[in-house]
Amino acid sequence: MKTAILGISAFYHDSAACLLIDGEIIAAAQEERFSRKKNDASFPKSAIQYVLSEGGIVYEDLTAISFYDKPLLKFERLMENYHSFVPRGISGFLNSVPVWIKEKLFMRKFLRGHLDEFGKKKIQLLFPEHHLSHAASAFYPSPFEEAAILTVDGVGEWATTTICHGKFNQITVLRQLDYPHSLGLLYASFTYYLGFKVNSGEYKVMGLAPYGDPQSEQTRAFKDKILQELMDIREDGSILLNMDYFDFATSTRMTNNKKCETLFGIPPREPESSISQSHMNLALAIQQVTELCMISLATTAQKMTGCKNLVMAGGVALNCVANSKIADTGLFEEIWIQPASGDAGGAVGSAYAAFHIWNKAPRMISYPDAMKAAFLGPEYGEKEILKIIRKYGMVFNYYADFNELCAVIAQKMTEGKVVGWFQDRMEFGPRALGNRSILADPRNPEMQKILNLKIKFREGFRPFAPAVLAEDLSEYFEKGSASPYMLFIDTLRQKWKSSEPSCESERRAENRLQKTGSFFPAVTHLDNSARIQTVDRNLHPKFWRLITEFKKITGCGMIINTSFNVRGEPIVCNPADACEGFLGTEMDFLVMGNYVFDKSAQEKLQSATHHKKGFKPD
Amino acid sequence: MEFLKELWLYLKTRKRYWLIPLIFLLLAMAVLIVATSSSALAPIIYTLF
Repeated sequence: MKTAILGISAFYHDSAACLLIDGEIIAAAQEERFSRKKNDASFPKSAIQYVLSEGGIVYEDLTAISFYDKPLLKFERLMENYHSFVPRGISGFLNSVPVWIKEKLFMRKFLRGHLDEFGKKKIQLLFPEHHLSHAASAFYPSPFEEAAILTVDGVGEWATTTICHGKFNQITVLRQLDYPHSLGLLYASFTYYLGFKVNSGEYKVMGLAPYGDPQSEQTRAFKDKILQELMDIREDGSILLNMDYFDFATSTRMTNNKKCETLFGIPPREPESSISQSHMNLALAIQQVTELCMISLATTAQKMTGCKNLVMAGGVALNCVANSKIADTGLFEEIWIQPASGDAGGAVGSAYAAFHIWNKAPRMISYPDAMKAAFLGPEYGEKEILKIIRKYGMVFNYYADFNELCAVIAQKMTEGKVVGWFQDRMEFGPRALGNRSILADPRNPEMQKILNLKIKFREGFRPFAPAVLAEDLSEYFEKGSASPYMLFIDTLRQKWKSSEPSCESERRAENRLQKTGSFFPAVTHLDNSARIQTVDRNLHPKFWRLITEFKKITGCGMIINTSFNVRGEPIVCNPADACEGFLGTEMDFLVMGNYVFDKSAQEKLQSATHHKKGFKPD
Repeated sequence: MEFLKELWLYLKTRKRYWLIPLIFLLLAMAVLIVATSSSALAPIIYTLF
């Protein structure tokens, strides 16, 4: 009899489901991809339906269902929090208590109510702790028998950071930092102060940081003020926040804007307003502080466990710059990071925790890891693609030979065309890794602007990630370490760098957003760093073939890879989403399976107004 | 019943007995609110306050 575990994360943000059968991840998907609501927190009904069908099982076949946190412990934290700050936070208390009394406090019953739609059988329900779920999502799918585990996020029940030790099928929590002292919430507070949306705009702060001027007096002053006034970092990497400057414990605001404005000398940035050099410097300062904390935490994890390998998860583990700084210290021989490090990955972790800890099943180690390159979502075949072609009356070219298709598309990319690329199984996690991607030529100096403003409808400063042939990595980048999930950065080799901005006018904020100093301007920051994805022939065969064809024409073994969506929209899931994205933007080509769609040939079609449908800016 | 058992286990493990009156007060309030939404009880409750 097979052991089938369903992992669920839901009701806070990024709900998701994962199916584990005998310790193998069969499928995992986020609800947002089906519901088309970004960061959808609702019960992941569609995701569960999908993972069960992918596994070829029905609800009654499940051995256990594992929810990714402990609701009663979270309730305790909320009550103690309101008690500590009373009478501040009364409105938050009055808003949250009805939800808890009605639903979350009775999570077991609440979940069973939802699960009744799938079947009436009473299946064992388990509730591993939030950070244990993160730790499990980092350790069990990793290729290591033994590793130090570091989980860092906003907050789970109480824990905001944990250091654990993973060995065989066991995870031992060694140290824990509790709410409200949280590195994730500190970063989220600056995300808020810089005018971006909390829980989704953090990567924009990370993307803005390289535009900050590391030499400026203002950046240094910001950093000093953060370290001296806002927080206290201990030697082991734990932090104590000065709650006078933060409002997240008692209101929907993250920071005490008045106090922060007095401290930093700049007001909070209004969302969507212009970005000044001061904002960039502040982003750089908080990024540097985060890196400092992460390095200290990693050092402590190494000292406590004595392990040569590190695994990480939790929202802060998506900070690829900090991850790379840890790698640069040389503390660990190898680092593996869960590609779905946010709360969606809790579904994977809770399922693993149930399998190995509750079920006491021994661990099987997979190489390079057990995440199957994160291609764990639904796949749509020719039948579904043809259905959409008929629905929209789209004109297409069919290529029986996939290599020929790749050669044609690579040629179009060299001509400056932007390509929507839809193949095989959807990715799990926040990154598009070559199956639901928008692709373009990284050598084109205009491409960053074109993609940001005409295709993605997002802020112009945001650079894109390069997808590089794994075998060519060292040709372009200094470290040359594999990064299949876009979780590390690397710096371009000297020979690919062009001149650095020298005069003051080039250093000015508005020019810094437009100008980079490399031969691949769309994928590198001003400091010539890039968030790389290495493309492996075995893991990404189709994507690898396309880049190889691009290289044959241009000599360049990398292309731009950005997620197939517009701003505020979840990454496309099915052919209909892809077609709407294609027709509603200025994308030039769409490739789905072996079908190629040329925008210029779709003249008779009334262009969909997909991007105007009302996706809220993220 | 399953909830009460689980709640007791949690309170015992975490030694958070101070939460008992709070939870029951909140639950009582919730019951009151639900009850007052039906017209039969509403006038009585109204006069109580």
